[in-house]
Amino acid sequence: MTPLRLIAALGGLLLLSVPAWAGATLLNVSYDPTSELYRDYNAAFVRHWRAETGQTVRILQSHGGSGRQALAVLEGLPADVVTLAEPRDIDVLASRAGLVDPGWRQRFADGAAPYSSTVVFLVRKGNPKHIRDWDDLARSGVVVMSASPKTSGGARWAYLAAWGYALHRSGGDAGRAQAFMGAWLRHVPVWESGARGATAAFLRRGVGDVLLTWENEAILARGETGGDAVEIVYPSRSILAEPPVAVVDRLAARHGTRTLAEAYLGYLYSREGQEIVARNHYRPRDAAVLRAHAADFPAMTLFTVDSLGGWTALWRRHFAEGGLFDRLTAAERG
Amino acid sequence: MMARGTILPGFTLSLGICLAVLALVVLLPLAGVFLHAAGLGWAGFCRVAFAPRALAAYGLSFSGALLAAVINAVAGLVVAWVLVRTTFPGRRLLDALVDLPFALPTAVAGIALSTLYGPHGLLGAPLLRLGVAVAYTRLGVVAAMTFIGLPFVVRTVQPVLQDLGTEPEEAAASLGAGRWQVAVRVVLPLILPALLTGATLAFARALGEYGAVIFIAGNVPGVSEIAPLLIATRVEQFDIAGATAIAAVMLTGAFLLLLAVNMAQLWQRRRREGV
Amino acid sequence: MAPSRRSPWPRRLLIVLAVIILTLFLLLPLLTVFAAALSRGVAAYGRALADPEALSAIGLTLTVAALVLPLNLLFGVAAAWAVAKFDFPGKSLVVTLIDLPFSVSPVISGLIFLLLFGLQGWLGPWLAARDLQVMFALPGMVLVTLFVTLPFVARELIPLMEEQGTEEEEAALMLGAPGWRIFWRVTLPNVRWGLLTGVLLCNARAMGEFGAVSMVSGHILGLTMTLPQQVERFYNDYNTVGAFALASLLALLGLLTLVAKSLLEKRHPTPGV
Repeated sequence: MTPLRLIAALGGLLLLSVPAWAGATLLNVSYDPTSELYRDYNAAFVRHWRAETGQTVRILQSHGGSGRQALAVLEGLPADVVTLAEPRDIDVLASRAGLVDPGWRQRFADGAAPYSSTVVFLVRKGNPKHIRDWDDLARSGVVVMSASPKTSGGARWAYLAAWGYALHRSGGDAGRAQAFMGAWLRHVPVWESGARGATAAFLRRGVGDVLLTWENEAILARGETGGDAVEIVYPSRSILAEPPVAVVDRLAARHGTRTLAEAYLGYLYSREGQEIVARNHYRPRDAAVLRAHAADFPAMTLFTVDSLGGWTALWRRHFAEGGLFDRLTAAERG
Repeated sequence: MMARGTILPGFTLSLGICLAVLALVVLLPLAGVFLHAAGLGWAGFCRVAFAPRALAAYGLSFSGALLAAVINAVAGLVVAWVLVRTTFPGRRLLDALVDLPFALPTAVAGIALSTLYGPHGLLGAPLLRLGVAVAYTRLGVVAAMTFIGLPFVVRTVQPVLQDLGTEPEEAAASLGAGRWQVAVRVVLPLILPALLTGATLAFARALGEYGAVIFIAGNVPGVSEIAPLLIATRVEQFDIAGATAIAAVMLTGAFLLLLAVNMAQLWQRRRREGV
Repeated sequence: MAPSRRSPWPRRLLIVLAVIILTLFLLLPLLTVFAAALSRGVAAYGRALADPEALSAIGLTLTVAALVLPLNLLFGVAAAWAVAKFDFPGKSLVVTLIDLPFSVSPVISGLIFLLLFGLQGWLGPWLAARDLQVMFALPGMVLVTLFVTLPFVARELIPLMEEQGTEEEEAALMLGAPGWRIFWRVTLPNVRWGLLTGVLLCNARAMGEFGAVSMVSGHILGLTMTLPQQVERFYNDYNTVGAFALASLLALLGLLTLVAKSLLEKRHPTPGV
């Protein structure tokens, strides 16, 4: 074959891009730690939908860092629904490209967050450093592991959990709260870029005395070590982490999947959906299901992001370039 | 454009293909970096691209990559020479291993390296007892950068050494030249272009590397934070203009350095051939 | 193998040094990967590789590599021929442009194609109007992989071809051989080692690239996940055995190098080895 014909043939092959999502197919674009949850849930939903309508659907799922996933949808990943880590990542889809209805949080119950989680501590077996609550993180000699809130959505919730505690302790005095934040941030020796990286450093490489992590991640991590190397400590109060869901209206309309997409997200709130949520270590919204799994989810005082001022304000104050996190971690070395 | 110095055919066709692909796959997409960065305006660009934290990151990235390239040049030369000129049991297996840093997904490499060199790792623990901390330090950054660049020098020098055969060395030796004289005066000049190419590529790769480095780097702002991490952070925050601003600086720096090396090499070659 | 006429000690010292370097930097990380992959036994290792998601990722990775390699080969040979056999103004600039993709950080390598072909990008809306999915589908992954691996073949061939000069080809031309024949009969056999190395490296990198492809793959399980993406997926799902089993497959690509080199060596014994 001459080179020119080779080029032509390869060029043809490249342009032949197949829209693999034709027919009754739904693409759920989600964030990193939910892949097991949605593997289970998708199977259940396919069964449910077939029983209900006689239609067999195919559910595709995509997982990655929440921010990157939102960016992908913005740039043309044909998502019918998004189930991400932060409301901000869905707001971007609404504000920047009009892909999602700006009122998406009212479209489903509980602010369109069908499950929740919280931030807990993972400590070494026997809790040798006696870490009981947030104050202990600032105690001298305690090494804290957390991913960087700049790159990890999960770590942002952990940071905000500490912030909420600090504000509560100082009676709303922001200056004292900042001092507390600075004190424990100084005890983080490395900033892993992702939550999983921080967990691996803590579990496998033995870095740190306490790992700040989501409850569902903590349960999985404990399971990975066979449950005999680490234990979970529940602080006195923590944040109510509410990963939101939304229909990507514009794309779903184009794919003709709107009804299916709404039913898919709606079924997350059903008894079966909530049961699957609980089995995957997320806190269910359904009170009866929560009671049934009470042993896995100890009661805690949980505060919401809104009680801290809401995502937009928090973002500007803490995580934006030159925000409080940058200043505290820079001062820490300076 | 005119070709000089040879009567061989195919200049227009080969250069045409080369330039067409470069334009479509390299130049056009990279132009986007500068265009998006330009969206910030000059003042905004400077604020993002030349912030103290960014400057520290460039410093670490460029100096780490340079150091890794030098280590790779020496280590790679030794490895290439041994793989081509000697036989010992296991040689072929080691030869096959050299490509590993390319094939292994960078994150896996990062995990493997940080497991090995971590405070409780097989190599990290004894090193730590000697007072050398690798993981979560600048040393870790250089180690990861060396790892991902190792194949370049070995693989560019190897074919040239193989092609040379042993004749020049033997001829020089038969004329009474000493071993080191042969190595420095005869072999080194012949493989120098390949060696430089390999080291340059290793440098370029180390400069851009992300996955393998961030697992072992510690990522402490101003200390062990590499520039690609700053870019990733910006992208995470939907700040495309900021990400491309930092990328534009990296790209310009890399381009100028690579260009200098390539020009020096061409100049030296032309001089040698007396063109 | 030319027998050494003098003291063998420096030679042995160098061998030991090379073995130490390779052990510290390559063998130990490789063993770490296999130790993790086999930590729950051979059966678990086999099961991990037979997972449908794993198989689909293997298939996609092979497809991407199969599309990228010929393109890269064509570019590499053309670029090396132009750069190594001819002298022209702006040559350093062309070589530098060839090198440049290596220095671009993976996030940016992916991002630049998103900015070009993405929905908010220059060509995205035009493509979307025609229902052409370039990003988050095979074409996007091939493009990005091509970008990331572009320098390999060219940069492997250029120093080799420069070192060989143009005398042999010119002699063949004098004898009246046409251009293509000269290339096939004279140049190609002379650069076979470099070409093989370039192709193997390009292949290794095409299969192993993570960051850049991650930006444009869309991460759809069982559909647009390449091997390295799937490794990350399993790792994040606390499926350590699955992650490292797949990674070990990539590590085994080295065996391909071994086989290919042995075959070539058998067919064209090289002096000096």
